Amino acid sequence: MAQKQAKKSGIVEKKLVGIADVVIAAAERGKDPTLAIPVRSLANVTFDQKRGMIEMGRRKQARSFFNVGMAKKFMQTVLVADALAELQRSNLTTSLREIYYRTKHTIKNSHENTFDGQNESDPLIEDLEVTLQALREELHVRAENAGTVVGPLVLIDDGDRVDCTRLGKGGYSVPSIVEPEYIQIARCTADFVLLVEKGTQWNRLSEDKFWRRYNCVLLTGNGQPPRGVRRLARRLHEEHNLPVYVLVDNDPWGYYIYSVVKQGSINLAFESQRMAIPKAKFIGFSSADPDRYGLPRNVGIKLNDKDVTRARELLKYRWFQKKEWQEEIKRMLASGLKYELDALANKDFQYLTKNYLPRKLKEKDWLD
Amino acid sequence: MSRPMLKTDAATSAAAAPRPKGTLTAVEMGARQREISVSEFFTKNRHLLGFDNPRKALLTCVKEAVDNALDACEEAGILPDVVVKVEVVANGNPPPPPSQANRFRITVIDNGPGIVRQQIPPIFAKLLYGSKFHRLRMSRGQQGIGISAAGMYAQLTTGKPVQIISRTSARAPAHYFEVQIDTKKNEPRIFENKKIAWENERGTQVTLEIEARYQKGRASVEEYLEQVAIANPHVKLVYHTPEGETKEYPRTLAELPAQPREIKPHPYGIEFGMLLKMLHDTSSRSLAGFLASDFSRVSAKLAEEICKTAKIPPQTAPRTIHGATAERLYQAIQSTKIMAPPSNCISPIGEKAILHGLYKQIKGDFYTAVTRPPAVYRGNPFIIEAGLAYGKGTAGEEERPKGPLAEGENRDEEEELARVIRYANRVPLLYQQSACATFKAVLETSWRNYGVPQAKGALPAGPMVIFVHMASVWVPFTSESKEAIADYDEIRKEIKLALQECGRRLGAFLRRRERAKSEFRRRNIFELYIEEVVEACSRLKGGKLAKEKLKEQLRKIAMKRTGGEKTTELLGRDGGPEGLPNSIIVTPEGVEGEAPALPGDGALSEGAPPEPELALALANERSAGVAPKAKPVQVKRDLAKGEAPQQAVLPFVEREKLKKKK
Repeated sequence: MAQKQAKKSGIVEKKLVGIADVVIAAAERGKDPTLAIPVRSLANVTFDQKRGMIEMGRRKQARSFFNVGMAKKFMQTVLVADALAELQRSNLTTSLREIYYRTKHTIKNSHENTFDGQNESDPLIEDLEVTLQALREELHVRAENAGTVVGPLVLIDDGDRVDCTRLGKGGYSVPSIVEPEYIQIARCTADFVLLVEKGTQWNRLSEDKFWRRYNCVLLTGNGQPPRGVRRLARRLHEEHNLPVYVLVDNDPWGYYIYSVVKQGSINLAFESQRMAIPKAKFIGFSSADPDRYGLPRNVGIKLNDKDVTRARELLKYRWFQKKEWQEEIKRMLASGLKYELDALANKDFQYLTKNYLPRKLKEKDWLD
Repeated sequence: MSRPMLKTDAATSAAAAPRPKGTLTAVEMGARQREISVSEFFTKNRHLLGFDNPRKALLTCVKEAVDNALDACEEAGILPDVVVKVEVVANGNPPPPPSQANRFRITVIDNGPGIVRQQIPPIFAKLLYGSKFHRLRMSRGQQGIGISAAGMYAQLTTGKPVQIISRTSARAPAHYFEVQIDTKKNEPRIFENKKIAWENERGTQVTLEIEARYQKGRASVEEYLEQVAIANPHVKLVYHTPEGETKEYPRTLAELPAQPREIKPHPYGIEFGMLLKMLHDTSSRSLAGFLASDFSRVSAKLAEEICKTAKIPPQTAPRTIHGATAERLYQAIQSTKIMAPPSNCISPIGEKAILHGLYKQIKGDFYTAVTRPPAVYRGNPFIIEAGLAYGKGTAGEEERPKGPLAEGENRDEEEELARVIRYANRVPLLYQQSACATFKAVLETSWRNYGVPQAKGALPAGPMVIFVHMASVWVPFTSESKEAIADYDEIRKEIKLALQECGRRLGAFLRRRERAKSEFRRRNIFELYIEEVVEACSRLKGGKLAKEKLKEQLRKIAMKRTGGEKTTELLGRDGGPEGLPNSIIVTPEGVEGEAPALPGDGALSEGAPPEPELALALANERSAGVAPKAKPVQVKRDLAKGEAPQQAVLPFVEREKLKKKK
């Protein structure tokens, strides 16, 4: 195991050193050192209908050193690569913010800072991820543990056995790196995975021991699920053949969270292969549900201009072209309202656990 | 005004029912009706004239006296020399500090033509008495209320009469008067009238004692005088503050503004009632003659045309025209195309003078000024002028923080908002900024187009002073206290056009400066970054890298890359003031553009003035010394065509005054 890890880190380090080689090789030939960085935007992603995933296109942008507009960014990219290589060598992981601090200093003979804010270094890390085709975890950059899991699942983390049925209401905090080298799934007897957008509903389900009655793994990512949560869901789906259901608020952002889990994100489309769960299902909250579950209109929230714009964008995405999805989004736009999952409490505090989800599961009422 | 109505109501109701106690009959009410004199009216409504509070009162008194002094001097063709003195009045006790005091004596002395003896009492102690109301000509004062209202305020708050000394020439005696207003009759009451010996050969001195508050800062006497100095570089001002300091605002332009001419009203600017009055008062015997002789821009031919349109025989006697006929005439005038009124009745400050004024009073890096061609609102011609002073001057450079910045810090100038200074007929407007057309025009101008940040609906941000002047025969103020210019579309449009031109020049300047900066940076940027990149590469390669060799290689590429572009950069140096008309640019290396020579800063205010002759010689030399370097500036605009430039009349009383000051 440790060997495998070391080998992998050796590859990543080599890739990082490659950046320096670009500079040296170009200088040798008297050419402007240039990095070709894949473009991370909607224009450069394609949707593979067959595989059900967003994939990165081939468009690249050149980042040259001797171009006044790019010189600083080029210099910064090299600095970030240096810091990432340092992590590899010392086998440490760190956060985006620490990378920023590590690379920040005053440029010699000037009053200029290498970086003025973290917003300058974050995108460069993503640039390197896509350029070097190295995952963020492989670069040893982690996010905060922002996800939680509970359910009939036993994990091995750093040699510790974590039985997710015996972690009380709080559950196990999903680390940002859940690759098999770090976390192993020792046992899983669940029937499905339920990925909940918000902590409130996860807490409700956990407190009511919903996972025990319906034999499922309960996951939440507190909003847009971080990589660790997505990756864990994917592994459960792949390694244990568990279907994944996604429960989000009924608004454009909820839809997008679902689509990221299912097809991957635009920004980091190259990671889809490892993260996306093309068979994930949207269990709710659907724009048809207020009617079906008799929620009064007054617990809805008026869509604001941003919501409407975002919803219209979603309508155009290639992966939302299915008839049911077009209907789903258009229904929301037509009603002019969005609904939070929390609104279910209007009927009963335990409505989600006792009525809503059981009926959904029984009726197999979900969208693909 | 609504009294008659009330009266009839009372009368009818009285007939219908027994009168409740305390009510009056029409007869009783009638007995109470009497005329209200203007003086009484304004005594009760002094806020209308700018005496709302003691602080403002001090400013208003100074302002009225100074405005009058400047108007008088200019009309007589004299370069104004004005002394303003504000003193604390102590009633027997030791005088309190100026900030605590509530009684002040204001003295304003000018070197103007003086006032003939008989006119002194009504000018200073009769409201609505003056020479400026009935004529259409540009002047600071308009209504004939100002100085007498100040006197009335003095009388109301301290009971002290206005003291006047005036002398019309060295051969004439100086007259001393003490006058007050009889508010019931609106007539002057003379307390004292004698001939005295006065050290000045010619001029007027007014002394007012009023209840007031003295404060520095915004809308203070000092700010007012400073702004007067900006818009009137031909004026020399000396200000003795209550603290005993002497502030001097020297003259930087020894040239009087062109004398505005008086004009007849333009037909478009006349309202119906006014037309009726004019028809009645005219000395012309025929309608055609009346139209041609009593209005500007109406030729005999045009008069015939108007008569024809109105279907009135041109021979009709003007006095016989009323009712429907008059209305037809009015319509005919409105529908006839008449040339815009002549604009030689207004004299703009001029771009050169504005530049001098701004340069003299405000420290900055860039100055510019624009005088618009004349325009017309409601038949009144007007001219808009705008100016800009931008930057902190060479002094500002040192204040900025040195060294690396922390996150969130900004090296740019702190986000102060621009200051707007407004003028109407050369008089600074200090109150009610947001009600003023000027201010609105500044807000509406999109300064972002010119590289100046501006939040939505706010003033532009940056170290900037925006100068706007409206010159007109009749400036439409929003109130009698003359604080804000009314928002006519035509006026606002002109202001915006002027501001936009200033903005374009500022934008050009900022871009030029930015370019110069980036050229400098471009040369350095690669040099600096090469160091960083090579160090990082070296670390990436685990220290096994020929650093110096790599640096050298990279430097070579950088040289090759920038060498070609350097030449274009040099070509891009289209700078120089040529690209920016009527502008001054201040850089650490020196001043570009036509800047006035400033009198040795501080030297004059130290209280050791040079000999007057010498000072004058210096002044002449200065203006002569600047002239050859100067590019031709369009000072004389089309309105002043044919008029010889005003010859500067230099004050000959300077020496006496200076002696007196000592």
